[in-house]
Amino acid sequence: MIKDFVIVWEHRDQMLNGLMNTLWLSLCSAVLAFALGALLTTALTSRARPVAALARSFVDTMRCLPFLLFAYLVYYGLPSFGIRFSNWGAGLIALTLYNTAYMAELLRAAWAGLSPELIEAGHAFGFFGLNLFRRIVLPPVILAAVPMIGNQMIQIIKDSAFLSIIAVPELTHEASSIQATYFVPFAAFVAAVLLYWVLCLIVEAAVAGVGQMAEARR
Amino acid sequence: MHLSVLDYLSLLQGAVSTVSLSLSGIALGVPLGLLLALVRWSRVPLLSPAVAGYVRIMRATPAVTLALLIFFALPNIGFEIDPVPTAILALTLNTAAFNCEIWRAALLDFPRDQLEASASFGMGARLRFRRIVLPQIARTCLPALVNEMSLLIKASPAVAVVGIVDITRAAVRIGAQTYRPLPPLLVALVLYGIIVAAFVFAQRSVERRRMAAATS
Repeated sequence: MIKDFVIVWEHRDQMLNGLMNTLWLSLCSAVLAFALGALLTTALTSRARPVAALARSFVDTMRCLPFLLFAYLVYYGLPSFGIRFSNWGAGLIALTLYNTAYMAELLRAAWAGLSPELIEAGHAFGFFGLNLFRRIVLPPVILAAVPMIGNQMIQIIKDSAFLSIIAVPELTHEASSIQATYFVPFAAFVAAVLLYWVLCLIVEAAVAGVGQMAEARR
Repeated sequence: MHLSVLDYLSLLQGAVSTVSLSLSGIALGVPLGLLLALVRWSRVPLLSPAVAGYVRIMRATPAVTLALLIFFALPNIGFEIDPVPTAILALTLNTAAFNCEIWRAALLDFPRDQLEASASFGMGARLRFRRIVLPQIARTCLPALVNEMSLLIKASPAVAVVGIVDITRAAVRIGAQTYRPLPPLLVALVLYGIIVAAFVFAQRSVERRRMAAATS
């Protein structure tokens, strides 16, 4: 058993490569999903009925769809319309669009918790439109949403493991390939699980850090 | 939709395995989660920190990686395991960790005065749990548990990596055979929608019946 772990250690380059790919994919799609999700939130709460209904149906569809199925839709389904991606592109786009819906929903929930007095006070101080949104609405919404965004980050990291099925060389894929070559399944996958755990610890630490910062500024 | 009857049948068969594997995971994972939560709640020495560690690691483990770990590593240490038990075990271990947190939150919120009152009526710990605590926390946990069930269904395509043909895998197979990947994937989308909606509907009707029972 210890010999198996030594084999995995000898291939740490490959594992670290997988870890970096997982990290990179998750981080990029989290940032993009957050930005797009913030935009989609404005559509969800829009006064124009058709816009809100369209956004709502997108969010609801994503929320009852497994990520792998969506990744397949992007990877195998979109080429039917002549849109073709590499496995990397498909993975990143699927991860981003899928989580855009979740980010939008949790930002909407945080927004709904915002007190109307705050916005009225903003109006009284002459904040309207984009300025009101940027300076008055967004900061408390983001701070309230941070723990949920952290949870969603962890979900993104976990969902990225599905991309091993469409051969994106992320952590699970690399662990799989090491185990297939040397037949060290226990060591390879336990190492992968521990590395996923480390990623989640980092996310949790970041959430706690932001929480402390928010507390200090209150 | 260019799908033959046979294609629909194999998608339905996939739906049967998705639903039955998910239900098995739920049927085992919800009580197991409760058991783990009780271990933490009653602060059993050694076991309680072990459960806490288990929950933290499981929270971070992708279902795909877990299924691969179980399927390839258990035979490595001397336990032969088939794809179906692997799938059930992976889904159960995964959902039990989340269910544990749901149950534990409800247990921690449980009013102390009720515990003391039932103790003063001479109820033993078991009777008290069965007659006083469980009925109430089951009610408060239900929405969160159903939410976790829909998360379990969304994680269930992970079991395809050990060779099980669930909805997603059936759809991809049909797409590969017919060179038209989109129609089966869209049917799969509808099937998942129906399954998740069925869970939400079941939860709502249980709640409505409870409300009716409470007011009458």
